[in-house]
Amino acid sequence: MTALFALIAELLHMALMLAAAPLLIGLLRKAEARLMGRAGPPILQPVRDLIRLVRKQPVIAENATWLFRAAPTVHFAAIAAAAALVPSFTLGMTTAPMSDLLVIGGLFALARCVLALAAMDIGTPFGGLGASREMTFGTFAEPALLLVVLTLSLIAGTTNLDAIATLLRDSSVGLRVSLGLAMLAIFAIAIAENARIPVDNPATHLELTMVHEAMTLEYSGRHLALLEMASWLKLLVWFTLIGTIFAPFAIGSAEYPLAWLSGLTAWALIVLALAGALALFESSIAKMRIFRVPEFLGVAVLLGLLAAIFLFVSQGFA
Amino acid sequence: MTHTLAYDLSHLLGGIVLVLSFALLYQRRLMSVINIYALQAMTLTAAALWQGYSQGATELYVTAIITLAAKGIAIPVALHRIVRQLKLHRAVETALGVFPSMVLGVAFVALAVLVVLPTTAQSQTLSREDLALALSVVLLGLLMMITRRSALTQVIGFMSLENGLILAAIGITGLPLLVEIAVAFLILLAAIVFGVFFFRIRERFDSLDLSHLDVVGRTQL
Repeated sequence: MTALFALIAELLHMALMLAAAPLLIGLLRKAEARLMGRAGPPILQPVRDLIRLVRKQPVIAENATWLFRAAPTVHFAAIAAAAALVPSFTLGMTTAPMSDLLVIGGLFALARCVLALAAMDIGTPFGGLGASREMTFGTFAEPALLLVVLTLSLIAGTTNLDAIATLLRDSSVGLRVSLGLAMLAIFAIAIAENARIPVDNPATHLELTMVHEAMTLEYSGRHLALLEMASWLKLLVWFTLIGTIFAPFAIGSAEYPLAWLSGLTAWALIVLALAGALALFESSIAKMRIFRVPEFLGVAVLLGLLAAIFLFVSQGFA
Repeated sequence: MTHTLAYDLSHLLGGIVLVLSFALLYQRRLMSVINIYALQAMTLTAAALWQGYSQGATELYVTAIITLAAKGIAIPVALHRIVRQLKLHRAVETALGVFPSMVLGVAFVALAVLVVLPTTAQSQTLSREDLALALSVVLLGLLMMITRRSALTQVIGFMSLENGLILAAIGITGLPLLVEIAVAFLILLAAIVFGVFFFRIRERFDSLDLSHLDVVGRTQL
């Protein structure tokens, strides 16, 4: 019975994530447009964009290899797998034993590498430029993420996300300086990973500034639809990840379907709050110079390091 | 290890003060540096209020009021006025890059932890962790004084160092109020003296960059 509930929860979770990702982006764009005094596109516009892209025939460069064609699928699959591993409204889903933070980080790295390779595949300068920038950012974002994982695993004694969330929900770990520092670090990482302002501008096609867009520039049709959907899903996965780690107070357990409802409400509130905060943050600051981004992410690395150091203060050098 | 609310909250406020110290090092705009300094002082006020409440020590409320009035409001307002009156260049000029100084800062925090842990092995965790945080803030203030060129940012480094001292003082139960009042007035006095100095240096060199003073010393030799 428990296994059945776990499976139902997992399927519901996946459906929820896939359905909510375009809506989240639509909402975010609407909120940002309103903050900047524009009317903004309707909230369902991303869904319409997806449908339009899927109907169109993809145009592929003559010298493109199989890599270029396979990359969107692999990229999307890696992110969808990460989405399946990060619990949203309930813990103890079927994939819970696999939902290791290192695995999730690895899936993001895989998605990033595939896209960077595909961007260089057809040999246009923009693709190479975007790929090189993306990998530079990754060099800083990944160690920062690993330090946050180290901090969490020092507190919980495991890198399993499900176990960490269970521990943070059930036991009184309380307010910890380390958790606060880790949260600041993960915000910076999430901004860089999702190509948001101030690291990258998701709404631009200006050659000097684009990073993620430069890599997807040569894609069209259903390939582009997959890539767009993957990047929206990634944002939702990061929001969910932050909510699950730092605010798991109302998240349910798989064997009590009634607790799913409160978990669902809490998850929706957290995602909405994070989206609102992101919209405010993005409309109040300007994009950074590309050479200052490593510095920005370096600060995230240092915050992660500080979080680990302060755990040693409170737990001793055991 | 028991985690009471008193412990958690004071520890968290101390952590925020430390993060704001790092923000001071990271920030490149003069006005933002002053604002972050004001924010740090306000967090310190909250920490003092909370310690006063949880220790039941009324004199800490006085400390909180002095901190808020002098460092949270008066000094930042005065610094803003100085920046406007002297028409200072609004960018922070550093002697060492921002990122290397952040790395040094983390090294200093590690140093503070390494120093505090063995020497306070017998005492309770609360004062031990607060002491590590406070010492880190002091060291970061020193670092800011070394790595900034402008006299104004060096002074802010000095004052954030003093914030670290107050943070240490409020964590210790039973420190006489007289000491804190003396320190607070010293800081206020120092701020006035610094203000006068700013005007003099500015009159002489058209800038607050203290490296000009080195040149003066050399030419007179």
